[in-house]
Amino acid sequence: MDLQIALLLAQDGLTNGAIYVLLALALVLVFAVTRVIFIPQGEFVAFGALTLAAFDNGKLPGTVWLLLGGAALVLLVEAVAARRERNNQRLARALLFYGLLPAVVAGAAWWAAALKLALPVQIALSLAIVVPMGPILYRLAFQPLAEASVLVLLIVSVAVHLALAGLGLFFFGAEGSRTPAFSEAMLKFGEINVSGQSLWVYGSSAVLILALYVFFSRSLYGKALVATAVNRTGARLMGIRTSMAGGLAFTLAAAIGAFSGILIAPITTIFYDTGFIIGLKGFVGAIVGGLASYPVAAGGALLVGLIESYASFWASAFKEVIVFTLIIPVLLWRSLTTHHIEEDE
Amino acid sequence: MNRQAMDCLVEPILTVRGLKVSYGKVAALHHVDLTVGAGQIVTVIGSNGAGKTTLLSAIMGLLPSDGKIEFAGECHARVEVEDMVVRGLTLVPEKRELFASMSVEDNLRLGGFARFAAGKRGHETAMAEVFQRFPRLNERRTQLAGTLSGGERAMLALGRALMARPKLLMLDEPSLGLAPLIVREIFHIIADLRDTGTAILLVEQNARAALQVADYGYVLETGDVLIEGPAFELADNPKIAESYLGIKSAT
Ligand SMILES: Nc1ncnc2c1ncn2[C@@H]1O[C@H](COP(=O)(O)OP(=O)(O)O)[C@@H](O)[C@H]1O
Ligand SMILES: [Mg+2]
Repeated sequence: MDLQIALLLAQDGLTNGAIYVLLALALVLVFAVTRVIFIPQGEFVAFGALTLAAFDNGKLPGTVWLLLGGAALVLLVEAVAARRERNNQRLARALLFYGLLPAVVAGAAWWAAALKLALPVQIALSLAIVVPMGPILYRLAFQPLAEASVLVLLIVSVAVHLALAGLGLFFFGAEGSRTPAFSEAMLKFGEINVSGQSLWVYGSSAVLILALYVFFSRSLYGKALVATAVNRTGARLMGIRTSMAGGLAFTLAAAIGAFSGILIAPITTIFYDTGFIIGLKGFVGAIVGGLASYPVAAGGALLVGLIESYASFWASAFKEVIVFTLIIPVLLWRSLTTHHIEEDE
Repeated sequence: MNRQAMDCLVEPILTVRGLKVSYGKVAALHHVDLTVGAGQIVTVIGSNGAGKTTLLSAIMGLLPSDGKIEFAGECHARVEVEDMVVRGLTLVPEKRELFASMSVEDNLRLGGFARFAAGKRGHETAMAEVFQRFPRLNERRTQLAGTLSGGERAMLALGRALMARPKLLMLDEPSLGLAPLIVREIFHIIADLRDTGTAILLVEQNARAALQVADYGYVLETGDVLIEGPAFELADNPKIAESYLGIKSAT
């Protein structure tokens, strides 16, 4: 391998790694706030990409029906709860967020589908369709289980993943899709060419990570999320609702997942089940960080991207095996160090 | 001054009638009646395991209960903790429940979350007031809450609760596990809070100090109110002096 190939592989690895970083951060966030290991993260990646691809082909994406169905269910659940509490404010809020808003989004999607609007508009619409599924999922599957054990939450998480993957197959079919690149530009840095799309991935990831950092360290809602993760009882005593924090965490995770899918759809062909593998690689990164540390998770995820890239050069048939085998020494090391901490206490 | 007379003098902010709380089949509170008037300091004293924490948890909505809890003129069967906070009730729990890995300043800011979420501003004024009351917290504003000393932790828990500008502040053994000097400081601060018009429901094992700052007191024993009365009367009551104050003065 000469330097040029090494740099090319590094570019590839960093591009995928940046996506894994985003997914790892979302996984750590969701776990810290809700104790849910967010397996369906991958479906958000696939849905984001495939929804955009449908718009790109001038079709109405099937996720619109998923959004409407999910929102209708939440509306029903909320309406029953609001009626029992005789809480009209809650009913009004549910009607707005789970009735009117999804209807408006669906209407806009239906209107825009045949028009083949500009890429940024299509992206905005795709996000508007897929992101609300985060809080919908939380409300339906996880909020009722807020007090359940991590294991029960994990089982529900796997079930939700399987259900969503099935729905993905139903709505998008088995064939994969690719979307046009954000930019066709090719930049030359000395010896190597860097694709415009790679730069988009780097840039958007950096901006998104920075935005998350500012959100968590500067805004009171961001701090409230951290507080719920640190001490749930303490947070509730400050008036921070666990359900609000959970819904917000799922919204952010869904946004990160869908946007990641949109970012890589021009680079990789996305199938209805591709998201799962991509999500798992983010998960490996998150595990390196012990599902707790954001910087370590990000570093781990970037490493996963690089290892995957070099592995595909030397032993492409084994690249997935190599990446997932990586988790074993990490888990071993983790279990040993965690053991010591427990002994100290 | 008897119970009825006191009820007439001040508008009650909290009225508890026939409160019953059980853990599984075991009742921890049997039938508790309790009233806190607006701006009053009311104390509940009782030994370990009497049910003091259970009482506050039930009022706050952390535990399900039977009976009537009326706060700020509103009566609800089963309320969420978060709703009680919004309505002006704040609890400083026995375990403090601070955000250990967050700074003193962030802990305080989060104390005002319910007000912030309701669109009320004035965070900075509230914070300045807290720092004025607790200069020690100001010195340590960037320090992580988990690295504070016991006394500082108690102050942060109190300061964080004050950020919510509660109508009724419930304190669960604020002096627990603190050095005598710090205990005195904490009780000074509680007495000072009287000027802000905040009503306080103070739960204590340190009966002597509690009866000194309080207007009215209840003695709780194994889930029932044994005696109640104006604080100075309770402090002079020979039965209480023997079983609650006597033990304290001996140690
Ligand atoms: N989580 C719990 N589960 C079962 N019993 C409890 C629980 N918490 C408290 N109790 C029991 O309820 C009684 C009152 O406890 P508590 O309210 O903590 O008393 P205090 O605060 O006055 O020391 C005690 O007998 C205690 O053992
Ligand atoms: Mg107690």
